[in-house]
Amino acid sequence: MAEQNPVENDEPLLIANSLSKSFGRIHACRDVSFELYPGEVLAIVGESGSGKSTLLQMLSGQLAPSAGRVSYRMRDGVTRDLTTLGEAERRFLFRTDWGFVHQDPAQGLRMAVSAGANVGERLMAVGWNHYGRIRDTASDWLTRVEIDVARIDDAPRTYSGGMRQRLQIARNLVTEPRLVFMDEPTGGLDVSVQARLLDLLRSLVAELHLAVIIVTHDLAVARLLSHRVMVMKGGRVIETGLTDQVLDDPREPYTQLLVSSILPP
Amino acid sequence: MNAPTYNFAYLDEQTKRMIRRAILKAIAIPGYQVPFASREMPMPYGWGTGGVQVTAAILGPADVLKVIDQGSDDTTNAISIRKFFAKTAGVATTTATDEATVIQTRHRIPETALNESQVLVYQVPIPEPLRFLEPRETETRRMHALAEYGLMHVKLYEDIARFGHIATAYAYPVKVNARYVMDPSPTPKFDNPKMDNCPALQLFGAGREKRIYAIPPYTQVVSLDFEDHPFEPYRFNAPCALCGAENSYLDEIVTDDKGSRMFVCSDTDYCEGRQAAGHHGSLSAAPYKEKAQEVSNG
Repeated sequence: MAEQNPVENDEPLLIANSLSKSFGRIHACRDVSFELYPGEVLAIVGESGSGKSTLLQMLSGQLAPSAGRVSYRMRDGVTRDLTTLGEAERRFLFRTDWGFVHQDPAQGLRMAVSAGANVGERLMAVGWNHYGRIRDTASDWLTRVEIDVARIDDAPRTYSGGMRQRLQIARNLVTEPRLVFMDEPTGGLDVSVQARLLDLLRSLVAELHLAVIIVTHDLAVARLLSHRVMVMKGGRVIETGLTDQVLDDPREPYTQLLVSSILPP
Repeated sequence: MNAPTYNFAYLDEQTKRMIRRAILKAIAIPGYQVPFASREMPMPYGWGTGGVQVTAAILGPADVLKVIDQGSDDTTNAISIRKFFAKTAGVATTTATDEATVIQTRHRIPETALNESQVLVYQVPIPEPLRFLEPRETETRRMHALAEYGLMHVKLYEDIARFGHIATAYAYPVKVNARYVMDPSPTPKFDNPKMDNCPALQLFGAGREKRIYAIPPYTQVVSLDFEDHPFEPYRFNAPCALCGAENSYLDEIVTDDKGSRMFVCSDTDYCEGRQAAGHHGSLSAAPYKEKAQEVSNG
């Protein structure tokens, strides 16, 4: 897509415009604005309670912002405000053009149905009606995320944590979305599995020209995957910039603290 | 002692009006589950409280009622409900499909083709086809509202992945009027094609779940399937042992502990009608032999 339409890619895919969310007296998120371009990976980092997850929920249309708005450029090239979308449109967007990778795979997967059906569900939801083709596509995706095709009929509850996470990624990418939201995708995995998953994600993102918004508190994940970083504290974005720039030359005291708290390898 | 007197057809008039309103709405939106204020009936849930309420609401003094349970007119459930309405409404009852104007059924559609003057009332245990796939009722309602039925195919996919074919044999999901996916109650999938374009009105009542839904006459009803695994009605590959019918739905009856079995029509009225018309099956003489023995012994 990138090669076909270079002009279109000059326009942002997602625009956040002074987003704020308050729960009563608590301001979870204050005045966040940014633009995300096709194929760009943006990491949102910050400590627990800094408003990262609230922001992600607003961006993905699951939570209505108290102020500000989110616009998304649909597949037909028209940029639309998410709040003006009907529920049917929003849900359709969510299972076709978007993906959402949860930290806990049990939230994003159907644990009791087979891996093949998990990957095929989105296809069936958009009207695929040929068992053989659905199964072929599912096996193809399992191979791409390095899951043994022989396990296609096993339910994800028999899978290891790393495999579940990879299955969740396959399930999300099967409709070739343009934007994927990730909420701590490597949380709860051991270090070697994390490394493999990050490797896989990096190659898939490049291959499919995905735009990704990834929420993480692990700066290593941000460094490895993202092009740009936004650092949040107390609901505000305190620093933003290219990943190398922010992580190698942090300006804000909080970012400096965050970077210096990583143990040297 | 005076026998207790009931309002016509047991339910009071206000309740019947409420149920009729739900029925009208259900007919207006084919396949849509209309909530209604289900009443306590003098029978336990699971014995057809939903069907009985629908029947009570539509029954008139001139109606002729037939009740079947798994195709049979003479099981406890069928006889009790028939007697219930004979007592509380004083309507005529019958076992003959073509004489009935209202047929309440549990899990079968009669083999004899229905006509425009008949109403078929189903007893439904679980009206929600998505129930075991998506446990949240709020979510399934939303999925119905937005016609998001991909999940239904996930179930069929699982069947094929596990068994090599669509193994769902009853309560096989259908799409009504190209809009709502509906659970046709636990009828065998053999009966699904009979729902399509049926001249009779079909009403579904779920008492415990408090839902009524309907298929109006001559409505398209399509069984869900995959292009490469099309829907196929299932039937034991045998003729009826009593009437020799080759195209009716069969019950399997185990006759000893050495693996012998006989297949007979599940629709008793259809089977008796054929026998009266002179059709024979491989075992049709058996009951008469026993009778002959009794006579000779006695």
